[in-house]
Amino acid sequence: MILRLLKRDLAQFFPFSGGGAALPVIFFVAVAMLYPFVVGPDTNTLSRTGGGVVWIAAQLAAILPLERLVARDIDLGHFDQLRLRGVTEEAMMAVRVLAHWLSFGPPLILATFPAAALLQLDGPTLHLVLIGVLAGTPGLAAIGLMIAALTASLRAGAALSGLLLIPLALPLLIFGAGALARQDAASLGFVAAISLGLVALTPFAAGAAIRAVR
Amino acid sequence: MMQGSDAPRIYAYELACRRGDRLLFRKFSLELGPGEACHVTGANGSGKTTLIRTLAGLNAPFAGTAHCEGAIGLMDERTGLDPEQPLGRALDFWFALDGAQDREIVLDRLRLTGLVDVPVRYLSTGQRKRAGFARLLGQGAKVWLLDEPLSGLDTSSRELVRELIIEHLSNQGVALIVSHQSLPLPGLKTLSIEDFAAEPEPLA
Repeated sequence: MILRLLKRDLAQFFPFSGGGAALPVIFFVAVAMLYPFVVGPDTNTLSRTGGGVVWIAAQLAAILPLERLVARDIDLGHFDQLRLRGVTEEAMMAVRVLAHWLSFGPPLILATFPAAALLQLDGPTLHLVLIGVLAGTPGLAAIGLMIAALTASLRAGAALSGLLLIPLALPLLIFGAGALARQDAASLGFVAAISLGLVALTPFAAGAAIRAVR
Repeated sequence: MMQGSDAPRIYAYELACRRGDRLLFRKFSLELGPGEACHVTGANGSGKTTLIRTLAGLNAPFAGTAHCEGAIGLMDERTGLDPEQPLGRALDFWFALDGAQDREIVLDRLRLTGLVDVPVRYLSTGQRKRAGFARLLGQGAKVWLLDEPLSGLDTSSRELVRELIIEHLSNQGVALIVSHQSLPLPGLKTLSIEDFAAEPEPLA
């Protein structure tokens, strides 16, 4: 049952499966591509600030898929039908946060390589950025799902969810980018811990949210 | 998942529901056992859909009790079928979830066999409705809660739906049908939800 749900959610979210789901990744690379044009091709400046740009790009890319995350399936009656088959809202949202991360995290991690090349990041920085994106994207996915579920019934939900994600994702950004400034992986532990906490919280918060709009 | 417990039943006692701040109806009582069906009529906004959703356990009653015994098949204007997917794939998701065995029979019965490769969003209202019935048949639930099952259907499809309901009832199923259209079925109870409408509260 859970596997079938995961398969269906993945088919819906995965990039290149249609429906513009590849947009976040393209957006992410596009930001990394534009940055050298703006600040100039100086290797020193680029590699010093580039890691932070990757973080900002990842956070902004996390906003893009929010609209299709929950509201669409509420309109479809998908969650209602699952509820009648005894699936709890928490289980639906736990599956969804996993599917959302799988469709968003790994592609972003892969896209970090071309982004790092464009920003001329050196080896150790790339290393920190990669671990950071790996540790941070589950948290971004969790925040995104919570926001999508909470704003699903609002008319201006899409615009609002973008605004909400930025402050909520700030701790991830601070610790993630902080690791780059100090060239030290220790604070990435905080990123992973925040991510873990958010992922654990999300099924309950998002599940309660979709129950409330029913 | 879909085994009906011993006897399917739809039960409501002194039920009151509200939507937002408005009390839609109150003191609504109903009991349906195997082979029984009830047609609930009422104007738009009188609380028919809320009644169905409350019986399905999706909404909480404001007062009183409402519950169903046995697996519940809900059919409303939201079919739960993915609009981007071809109809066959969209239905197969639910068929697999429900462990439906007779896919081809169900598709054939609802005249959907020729449409399995068409994405759901290109289907007409009536075709989508028939697809909803296909999902419902595949589910094999003993309790049917049908919200406007006839809307958007042509004459022959309406006749088909009538047959499906009769078959369901003769298989010891139970059905609550909410519709503002008439539904000629033998032995069908009819209730008007407007008879249970809450009196407008006096202005304070």
